[in-house]
Amino acid sequence: MQVIPVTAVHRGFGTTTRRDAWWAAPLAVFVGLSAFVVYATWAAFQGEHYTYGPYLSPFYSPEIFGDSPHAWFGPKPAAWPGWLPFSPALLILPFPGLFRFTCYYYRGAYYKAFWADPPSCAVGEPRKSYWGEHSFPLILQNVHRFFMWVAIVFIAFLSYDVWLALWFTDPATGAREFGIGLGTLLLALNVVLLASYTWGCHVLRHVVGGRKDEVSKSPVCDMAYACVSGLNGRHQLFAWLSLFSVMSSDLYVRLCSMGVLTDPRIL
Amino acid sequence: MSQATFRIWRSRPGEAGGFADYRTEVSEGMVVLDAVHQIQADQAPDLACRWNCKAGKCGSCSAEINGRPRLMCMSRLNTLDLTQPVTVEPMRTFPLIKDLVTDVSWNFRVKKGIQCFQPRRPDAADGTWRMAQRDADRVQEFRKCIECFLCQDVCHVLRDHDKHDEFIGPRFFTYSAALEIHPLDSAERLGDLKDTQGIGYCNITKCCTKVCPEHIHITDNAIIPLKERVVDRFYDPVTRLLRMFR
Repeated sequence: MQVIPVTAVHRGFGTTTRRDAWWAAPLAVFVGLSAFVVYATWAAFQGEHYTYGPYLSPFYSPEIFGDSPHAWFGPKPAAWPGWLPFSPALLILPFPGLFRFTCYYYRGAYYKAFWADPPSCAVGEPRKSYWGEHSFPLILQNVHRFFMWVAIVFIAFLSYDVWLALWFTDPATGAREFGIGLGTLLLALNVVLLASYTWGCHVLRHVVGGRKDEVSKSPVCDMAYACVSGLNGRHQLFAWLSLFSVMSSDLYVRLCSMGVLTDPRIL
Repeated sequence: MSQATFRIWRSRPGEAGGFADYRTEVSEGMVVLDAVHQIQADQAPDLACRWNCKAGKCGSCSAEINGRPRLMCMSRLNTLDLTQPVTVEPMRTFPLIKDLVTDVSWNFRVKKGIQCFQPRRPDAADGTWRMAQRDADRVQEFRKCIECFLCQDVCHVLRDHDKHDEFIGPRFFTYSAALEIHPLDSAERLGDLKDTQGIGYCNITKCCTKVCPEHIHITDNAIIPLKERVVDRFYDPVTRLLRMFR
C-alpha cells in the first residue's frame, strides 16, 4: 500500500478551508486582553485616585504601603530607592497578574491570539519549530499552582474591603454609619466574580480531589471537588467577567475620587 | 429537489492530489456522507471513502468538511451553506492513502505503547473489588470515545509540527486518563506521559474538545488533570517534600 506523506499537504500561515470567521475569537481575545493590560498598567502607575470614602480599588488592595487610610503600614518606606517608581499597586498586582497569566484558560487563549500557535483550530501556523510547555521557557507555566494560593488569599482581602465599604463616615459628625452605595455593590459583585473564577481553577480542582483516584472516600474532598468542578465548567466565562469587573471597579472608584461621578447611596 | 456542489479531494498513490467539483441532487435530511455516496454511485465510482455505521458511533468517516474536522455521517446538509461548494477533504494529520481515506495505523501503534490497566489487589477474600459509582463516573466519560481521531487531526502539535514521534495526542491522553484515574488501577504512567508521550507539548488550545463528536471534555477532564499529576510528581518541590514524609 502506497501512502502520500502527510507533510506534502502542509500549508502556510493562515491557510485553511474553513468558511467561518475563525479569526473573530482570537481577535476578540487580543483586543480584550490588550485593553486590560494597557488599562491595568496605566492605573497601577497612577498611585492616586484609588480610594473614595470607604472604597478601595481592587488594583490597590491590599494597600501595604500608601497614603490612604486603607494602608496597613503607613506611607511609602523611607528606604524605597528614589529612582524606582512607587505605587501601592505595583507591590501587589504582580501576584493576581501572574495567576491569570499562568491560568490554563488564558494560556490557551493567548497562545492563539498573541502567538498564533495555532491562530485558530485547523488554521495554518506561521512557524515550524515548536517546544510547547515541554521545555523552557513555557515549562515555567507550571508555577500556576503557587499563584493560585496567593489569589485565594487575595479573595479574603477583597471580601474585607467589601465589609469596609459598608461603613461610611458622616462628614458632619465624623461617626461611622452603615450604608450601601453603588460602589459597595460593584465591589461586592467584583468579589463574587473573582471568587467564582479563582475557585473554579483547574489546579484547585486537582488539589481538592482531582489528584485522588477515589475521591469519594473523603466526603469533604468529594464535596469540594464537585463544587470546584461546577465552577470549572464556566471557568472561561468567569475569567472574562472577573477581568471586566475588576477593571470596572477600579474605574468607578477612580472617577468618583476625581469628582467625575457621584456615588449614589442606596441605603 | 435542489442541487449542491461538493468539492472533494481526489488523489491517487504517487500523484499530487487536488479538489474536483461534483454537482449532485440534495434533499431534506441528507448528511455529507449521503452526498458522497450519491456521487460515488452516479459520477465517481472510484472515489475512496471509509465508512461503516452511518450513526456517529464507528468513527470511520472522519474528514474535514469546509475546513473543520467532522464526521461525514453527522454533518447534516441543512447546517451547511449550500450556495457555495462544500469542501470535503481527508484528515490532514495522517498519511493519505487515496481520496478521503487516510492511514490511521500510527494511532494503533501508539496505543500499544501505553501501560495497560493493572488492578490493585482484590478488596475482598473472594477476589472481587469495591468501588464507588461516583469514582467510576469520572472515567466513564472517556469510554465514550469512538476513536474517530478527529482530535488527533485537529491537534496542531501533530497537524502542523509533526511531533508524531514525541507526542501521543489528545486521543491517547484521554485513554491514559481513563486508566490513570480509574479507582482500581495501580500502574505507573506519569513518567511516560512526561518523558516519551510529550504531555508538555499540549498548549491547551482546546481544539480537540471542540471537534469531539462525543462531546468528551478532553482538555479539562483528561489532559489538564494528567498535566497536574505530572507537575505533582516531577516539578512541584512542595509535593515532593510532602511525599518524603508519607
